[in-house]
Amino acid sequence: MPEILQYGFMQRALLAGAMIGTIAPVIGVFLVLRRLSLIADTLAHVALAGVAVGLLLGAYPVAGALVAALLGAVGIERLRTVGRLSGETALAIFLSGGLAVAVVVIGLAGGFNVGLFTYLFGAITAVQPRDLWVILILGLVVLGAVAVLYKELFAITFDEQGARVQGLPVEGLNLLLTVLVAVTVVVAMRIVGILLTSALIVIPAVTALRLARNFRSALWMAVACSLVTVLAGITASFYLDIPASGAIVLGGILLFAGASLLGPRR
Amino acid sequence: MKTSTSSPRVWTVAETPVAELEHVCFSYDGERVLDEVSLRIARGDFLGIIGPNGAGKTTLLRIVLGLLRPSCGHVRLFGTDVAQFRDWQRIAYIPQKAVAFEARFPASVFEVVMSGRVRLAGLGRRFAAPDYEAARRALETVGMLPFRDRLIGQLSSGQQQRVLIARALVSHPDLLVLDEPTVGVDADAQEQFYSLLHRLNREMGTTLVLVSHDIGVISQEVTQLACLNRTLVFHGSPEEAMRSGALAEMYRAQSWMVAHRH
Repeated sequence: MPEILQYGFMQRALLAGAMIGTIAPVIGVFLVLRRLSLIADTLAHVALAGVAVGLLLGAYPVAGALVAALLGAVGIERLRTVGRLSGETALAIFLSGGLAVAVVVIGLAGGFNVGLFTYLFGAITAVQPRDLWVILILGLVVLGAVAVLYKELFAITFDEQGARVQGLPVEGLNLLLTVLVAVTVVVAMRIVGILLTSALIVIPAVTALRLARNFRSALWMAVACSLVTVLAGITASFYLDIPASGAIVLGGILLFAGASLLGPRR
Repeated sequence: MKTSTSSPRVWTVAETPVAELEHVCFSYDGERVLDEVSLRIARGDFLGIIGPNGAGKTTLLRIVLGLLRPSCGHVRLFGTDVAQFRDWQRIAYIPQKAVAFEARFPASVFEVVMSGRVRLAGLGRRFAAPDYEAARRALETVGMLPFRDRLIGQLSSGQQQRVLIARALVSHPDLLVLDEPTVGVDADAQEQFYSLLHRLNREMGTTLVLVSHDIGVISQEVTQLACLNRTLVFHGSPEEAMRSGALAEMYRAQSWMVAHRH
């Protein structure tokens, strides 16, 4: 057995990485094509506020992050549909708002602590068995929703107005997608940290879009790119003693550059 | 300005119009863009809507499609008030090619056509054999079946436009609504496009509503013409439009607009 698999914490890291690496790019393909990449980053910052509150109250920080991200998702959609704000403006407000709440709460708690730091930059080797279960359940929720509503999500992604004319519940589907992003962000922040979460969601998707010949293959390729970079990044971090989050994102960017240079010209 | 609604068509009393607008108006931020528009679209009509920029053409289409609620007046689709209307699969929409989708969207022609069948297949249900068969037939109708696995972005504008027609046809709509569908499509492809519309209307009996700037082409193809400039200036056959001078007036409005732009 290779050395990397002899440690329980590395087994958990690879398992968590594989699960997150499957979910994040699936959501990413929809977000990138709808030009909503910034939503992931925004919800990550909102989730940070939840982590800070969780740490302050001594609760499970992932639960705090999930509650905050879900509230943020609903809030963003409401502002976009009811508040007559453009999508970008709504996102900017939530991104800075989430960060502001986090900073204030951290101040109240008496400054930074190690716990918060692991959520900021990711700590995949700190994944506990409990985290694995949370990731598995949330991941199945995301993949299940995408599998059941695949054709609807494709329709609103390809042509939202066309979907509306058909009589599809576009508002509901938009809200669902944003909620799925919130869940994905919370799952992903464990491994790459809040600051790099959107990279894990966006970069493999963008790489796949360079290569794919249809939408279904774009989803599969995004998952493949993501799994390669996540597992390679974790392995590199073990042998080279570098942070896994940084290694994963840099690997993803390398793969993207390769696909752009060597992929088909369009 | 003269409003003419007399038409050579003979109305059968029993026939429910595809769409009926009664005294419809619409305002954007207090500015009235449609005023007192009353229009009947009968089954089998090929209605062309022309008018200068800002005449409210697209607004009118969006009201018929249920995307906008009129600020006053009534809209009935297939005899049902638009607020209660649920049979949206009976109406299909073909947007301007340029605004419909991203050029680099990774979708195959077949996937695009299937997306017109989502509502009909049922929310959360998988596509079944009749859905695939309908998509295959729609692609055959527009002559794009050999391209079914091609990436949509790699096709020419004319081919993309035909794929969008196939997407609209896949739900077997009774009413097809087209908004400036030939913008950015070359002349040859436009000719093919209009002969396809002709076939849909005359052979398959699909009711068509087409908004266009291209007065020349539109007045040759359509059976009914509506000239819109905030109000309905004229509604009748193209021949009547020619006689009444409404068409000439529209030409002047258009050439003024073009001259103004350059």
